[in-house]
Amino acid sequence: MNAAQFVLDVLSLGGAYALMALGLVIVYGILRLVNFAYGELIMVGGYTMFLVSGSGLPWLVMAGCGLTMAIVAGIATDYLAFRPVREKSVTAVLITSFAFSTLLQNAALLFISPRPRAVPLPELFSRTVEFAGVITPARNLITIAVAVIMLGLFSWLMRSTALGIAMRAAATNFRMARMMGIPANLIISAAFAISGLLAGTVAILWIGRIGTVVPGIGLEPLLIAFIATVIGGMRSLSGAVVGGFLLALIDTTLNYTLPQDLLKFRDAFTFSLVILILLWRPEGIVRGPASGQRT
Amino acid sequence: MLDVESLEVSYGAVRGVRGVSLMVRKGELVTLLGANGAGKSSTLMAIAGAVRAAAGRVRLDGEDVTGAAPEEMVRRGVAAVPETRDVFPDLTVAQNLQLGAFTRRRDQAGVLHDRSEHFRRFPILAERQRLPAGNLSGGEQQMLVIARALMSRPSVLLLDEPSLGLAPIVVDQIFGMIRGLKESGLTILLVEQNAAKALAVSDRAYVMRLGRIEAEGPASEIAAATELKSLYLGAEP
Repeated sequence: MNAAQFVLDVLSLGGAYALMALGLVIVYGILRLVNFAYGELIMVGGYTMFLVSGSGLPWLVMAGCGLTMAIVAGIATDYLAFRPVREKSVTAVLITSFAFSTLLQNAALLFISPRPRAVPLPELFSRTVEFAGVITPARNLITIAVAVIMLGLFSWLMRSTALGIAMRAAATNFRMARMMGIPANLIISAAFAISGLLAGTVAILWIGRIGTVVPGIGLEPLLIAFIATVIGGMRSLSGAVVGGFLLALIDTTLNYTLPQDLLKFRDAFTFSLVILILLWRPEGIVRGPASGQRT
Repeated sequence: MLDVESLEVSYGAVRGVRGVSLMVRKGELVTLLGANGAGKSSTLMAIAGAVRAAAGRVRLDGEDVTGAAPEEMVRRGVAAVPETRDVFPDLTVAQNLQLGAFTRRRDQAGVLHDRSEHFRRFPILAERQRLPAGNLSGGEQQMLVIARALMSRPSVLLLDEPSLGLAPIVVDQIFGMIRGLKESGLTILLVEQNAAKALAVSDRAYVMRLGRIEAEGPASEIAAATELKSLYLGAEP
């Protein structure tokens, strides 16, 4: 076991986890509702890249198509599943978001295939490189770089732009934010669009590890994002990032240390640790602002 | 300017406001008095669009704005300061003020000018502009939420219990400020428990009891009507 290798693994896995968690918590923060169709945004990104793979376009353009469609799907989630019932009842929104998730998955099953479909990836993704004395897949370094860029961009957006500050205000007190003249629909759609952008980014990085997309591809990222936000603290954006990296640290440590025949039970160990973390800090590691009623 | 007619607000089966009619003329400072639970805050929040009115009409400059969303009311020039004194605690004082000007974000020069104006009026806010608003004292937070509401350059200001829970010296400051706002020509509808202080700065007043308007008149008459005191001070007559 090599320390540099370990750090690289944690950072690349954690970067992907952090982006997943951030995409989920940006919507949760404002609506206090988990978007269960979040995983399907990743699926949409993957299938879009599959669908344009025969076009002969440069890879970056294809990746751009995947990102764009994930954003479109994110905004569509708001318009189709959330907005019509948002002011009625929480239960209704939970059900419509499940329904939208099932709808998208079944559309993929019906119109594409239940079997894995290859997603175009640049040759760089499968190459291995030597970095800091470690031989590692280039995609791990790409993941770290993309995560740094996206987290930086996100942090700039939330700290320095009028929209980002308005979104943070809406996340602490939605009603008061509206009484500042901040339009509720604008803020919510923006949150879904950012969620879609992060999901699209995750789609490229996540599918880059496997190379194929299946209708159920979104389930694991949704689960990871959910656990990461729960242990990180569901009310805070930085909590989602902390949670993502912590979960990656746990997973990677278990990968390195568990004996071969216990490795297939890794998730059981992970969840046990998650339970311990929650016993220690039921509200998650990073506590967000105290207020926050739903409107 | 602001004209409310037979307004009703319900919370489930409870009717908190039962047919309230009131009006505020341009440049007037009108106070809404009443005991706890009389429906003053609900009336104010319904005018601001933050609470849905079950019945009745709200007109602004003759235009029907009943049921408009709170963000729409701000665009139309009605800014509200709820009694919950909601600063955005993890945003800085300066960011809170910037949010108040959200509807004017294309007029950066004007926004900066207004902000320095408020900083001149409340030097303590200028001093703490980079601190999270959650670190301010109650009185400072009250100054911040009023200044923040003014950042949208409203034509009507709705103030809900600005003196609630503040030290007497701070209360005097707040009322001094309200008087100043009135003198600058702003139209204000004020909800207050501190009847004496509120009536001293008001033109007219309404007294509410159990969701209804019980009395109205010039502030001096309301202040002189001893039989009303028990109403807005909370005791049964």
